[in-house]
Amino acid sequence: MNPYGIALTLVVFYAFSELHRRKRAFYTNPVLLSITAIAALLWAGGYSYESYMESAVILKFLLGPAVVSLAVPVYKGRETIKAYAREITAGIVIGGTVAILSAFYTAKLFGGAEEVLLSMTPKSVTTAIAIGVSEKIGGIPALTAVLVVLTGILGNAVGVELLNVAGIKDRIARGLAMGVTSHGLGTARIILDDELAGAVSGLAMALNGVFTSLLLPYLIEVLK
Amino acid sequence: MKPYRGLAIIFGFYALGEFTSSALDLPIPGSVLGMLYLLAALLGGAVKLDWVENEAELFVRNMSIMFVPPGVGIITYIGLLKSQAVPVFGALIISFLITLLVTAKTVELLRGERK
Repeated sequence: MNPYGIALTLVVFYAFSELHRRKRAFYTNPVLLSITAIAALLWAGGYSYESYMESAVILKFLLGPAVVSLAVPVYKGRETIKAYAREITAGIVIGGTVAILSAFYTAKLFGGAEEVLLSMTPKSVTTAIAIGVSEKIGGIPALTAVLVVLTGILGNAVGVELLNVAGIKDRIARGLAMGVTSHGLGTARIILDDELAGAVSGLAMALNGVFTSLLLPYLIEVLK
Repeated sequence: MKPYRGLAIIFGFYALGEFTSSALDLPIPGSVLGMLYLLAALLGGAVKLDWVENEAELFVRNMSIMFVPPGVGIITYIGLLKSQAVPVFGALIISFLITLLVTAKTVELLRGERK
């Protein structure tokens, strides 16, 4: 195993995280900038993805335990979940299903290829879970990873403004919409405005991940 | 050594989740099953929050760097992405708008009805 892939990832990600810490803006998203920079470096140097992944794969492997760890914030939020059980259930079942169906059918309407449609369906779910789901349903995990990050960036950039324009004032509704639609990056944005909405958003992100991973493999058989 | 206890629990539940997923040939990722097992163990009291809290939070807080290697895989699909740019980006934006507004409206209606 070579040390280059993992070293490159850590150095690049650290540099962009520092940039993001200094200039907090949606366009300094360290994940998207790191993916773009590393992809450009590999392309310019004529290196293959396989040679990069020979050691960077360790980081990808850690997504598994990271998803397992999401049980802790859900457990700590159990009182909030109980207090808003009805809203959270409705928001996740309806929002989570709408996210899948709207992605699938709009992409199909625009003439998307089947593997593209499949890769799009988990795009509102937190990346760690989305990559696993994409693999399971025959999508392209790399495309899913990029689409999830872009969805998160959209939510981070314009989600709160859109909710304002649409006249959504209810804090629980705002939190659920952000968490269900744009996972961690949406949560990171709304928590700056409102702590309660942020907490609900974080729980919605985790629960929607579970809901989507349970529903999607079966739903996809019907959609295909 | 305390961190080892937390890591042992997290990796143990991950392994158990992967095992269930492959043994029963389920379409659900093993990591999600592992998360449900750990949640059940916390709720049931078999695992104390204090045993796993710090290690789990370390993983959750640092999750984003783990998306980079799979994301870089996009370079092997540049051709596909170019030919599919309209369906991909069109659906991304439209689906985002629909999901955000439908979810917010649904929950708001539900809340209004209760008041």
